[in-house]
Amino acid sequence: MARLRMIQAINSALREEMARDPKVILFGEDVRMSLFGDTKGLFEEFGPDRVRDTPISEVLLTGMAVGAAAAGYRVVLHLMYANFLYTGFDAIANQAAKLRYMTGGQIKLPIVFMASCGGGRSSAAQHSDSPHPMFMNLGGVHVATPGTPADAKGMLKSAIRDDNPTIYLTAGGRGGSAGDVPDEDVTTPIGVSFCAREGTDITVVPIGSMVRPTLTVAERLAKEGISVEVIDPRWMVPLDTSLILKSLTKTGRLVVVDEARDLCSAASQIAAVAADQGFSDLKAPVRRLTVPDLAIPYSPPLERAVLPDAEKIEASIRELVSYKAG
Amino acid sequence: MSNKNLSKDELLSIYRSMVTIRQFEERLSAESKSGILPGPVHVYIGQEAVAVGICAQLTDDDWITSTHRGHGHFLAKGGTPAALMKEIYGRETGICGGKGGSMHVADFSRGIIGANGIVGGGIALATGAALAAQLDGKGRCAIAFFGDGAANQGVMCEAMNVAALWKLPLILVCENNGYSEFSKAADVTAGVLSDRAKAYGVPSEQVDGNDFMEVWRAAGRAVARARNGEGPTFLEARTYRLHGHVESEHTFLPKAYREESEVEAWRERDPIKAFAAMLSDGIASAQELEAIEQEIAALVEEAAAEAAADPWPDPEAAFKHMFA
Repeated sequence: MARLRMIQAINSALREEMARDPKVILFGEDVRMSLFGDTKGLFEEFGPDRVRDTPISEVLLTGMAVGAAAAGYRVVLHLMYANFLYTGFDAIANQAAKLRYMTGGQIKLPIVFMASCGGGRSSAAQHSDSPHPMFMNLGGVHVATPGTPADAKGMLKSAIRDDNPTIYLTAGGRGGSAGDVPDEDVTTPIGVSFCAREGTDITVVPIGSMVRPTLTVAERLAKEGISVEVIDPRWMVPLDTSLILKSLTKTGRLVVVDEARDLCSAASQIAAVAADQGFSDLKAPVRRLTVPDLAIPYSPPLERAVLPDAEKIEASIRELVSYKAG
Repeated sequence: MSNKNLSKDELLSIYRSMVTIRQFEERLSAESKSGILPGPVHVYIGQEAVAVGICAQLTDDDWITSTHRGHGHFLAKGGTPAALMKEIYGRETGICGGKGGSMHVADFSRGIIGANGIVGGGIALATGAALAAQLDGKGRCAIAFFGDGAANQGVMCEAMNVAALWKLPLILVCENNGYSEFSKAADVTAGVLSDRAKAYGVPSEQVDGNDFMEVWRAAGRAVARARNGEGPTFLEARTYRLHGHVESEHTFLPKAYREESEVEAWRERDPIKAFAAMLSDGIASAQELEAIEQEIAALVEEAAAEAAADPWPDPEAAFKHMFA
């Protein structure tokens, strides 16, 4: 077990997978320079054929990823910021997500579209989105939202080995946060959620960036005797709601914390599943703690006003555990 | 076949290939108009010399991407006519099991990454396949077929930039048929398309897309460059779509968008007639050519009859193939 920052965990996953399989190639803008540090040293280790800096041409790059995957490679395309997925959206939405289906299952497309998402760094509206919900709605792509360094590594390794396209989003604002990461070759199973903390009073489901502040709050509230169960779904597609529903049978109360905008967020979907399949267990309304339907602002007080954080998570939990029906 | 003269057998095989596309699509056109086919159909009639001229220089190991007008590329690259017909009929025996239809026919086993419903969508895919081909180091190449309409998508410029920088074995084949759907090229396209390649240092040629031999020779040069690691080529093939953008357009267009005299003038320059005339000049007899036409007519008839008789897909199949 090593203590690694999120970004180091990603770097280590890329290095191990590239060493393991010569068909894994990586390209994107400034991957040699690696401004986040996640692709650091890979060019030196694996050379210019397998690690390529590209022009800033997202429309082309996403399509090239599909073409190279169709022709037999395992492609990791680093798109830097999640907002840039919008720039390259056509080939993700119209090609990667549909080519296998449209051709009657003739082709496998092992692609990881990776990017840094979320706010918290005064990067303003065009560098701070958490766009996982729109990819959930595409069909045909897996969506990975790891919340810990161990999952960042294990999920990336799984995504690279998998034969489907994956949108892999890690919270940029949390790239420096450290956690224990296994030294062994450990993959995180695709579409399997994880109980990050057991509890009995309330279930909190944090998405990606919200895992860490949720665990901090749960720890704090435990001292007051509020027992919080934390279920990290890890993958938005395939979305495993089994542990959430199981947890609800125990707690009857649910808050979903999602850094996406509220309208049609991952929180909306999870809340809908709880209302449908967990209806008889619910003792209180299901709460979605999300970003209001706004662009993410620049100035720190403005940004803090719209992003979910530990304080807001705590307030939601307190409100819900004291909720009395009628 | 790149650097030699074509034998009689090869020339007849090319004739067979062009006639197959033509007769196949004439049948599809009729069946589209009579409402037998479930979805829209865009035919390639008049442009056959381009697909066949390029693909005659390729092997099964090379990659092509195609367009919404993709039946000709599919057949020219060796796709099975019956499997194509059945797909367009929407049958479970179709090449894509009825999931793609006319605009998405593909056969990866023959390097056909597929037709594409997004105008310009195949250009980036072919560039990616060219990268794979370069990494494989086996001398393969990738061809993006696209139209003059797609040449106005920014991705064409992005692709030329990367292909030139990385010397990718990519051939961009722009079939300039003069129309972006219902808009004349003069209204939507500035400058000369092949000139756009010059800005990126990509060698380019303009060829008569209705002259098989001219296309074939240019393709030979481009393929040789690609296989030798010399990088991409841009070919602009001037041609014409003898049918409309989509076979059903007469049902919704408020007025004609091109002059009948223009269509007639291009009909006089029919690439298959021109190729037949070349063959008739001392290479093959009228009887030999007619025998090929009859053979293809029987094949098309059989494919259509089989397609009509084949079962529709089981609705359960709609739930398969989204993920590997």
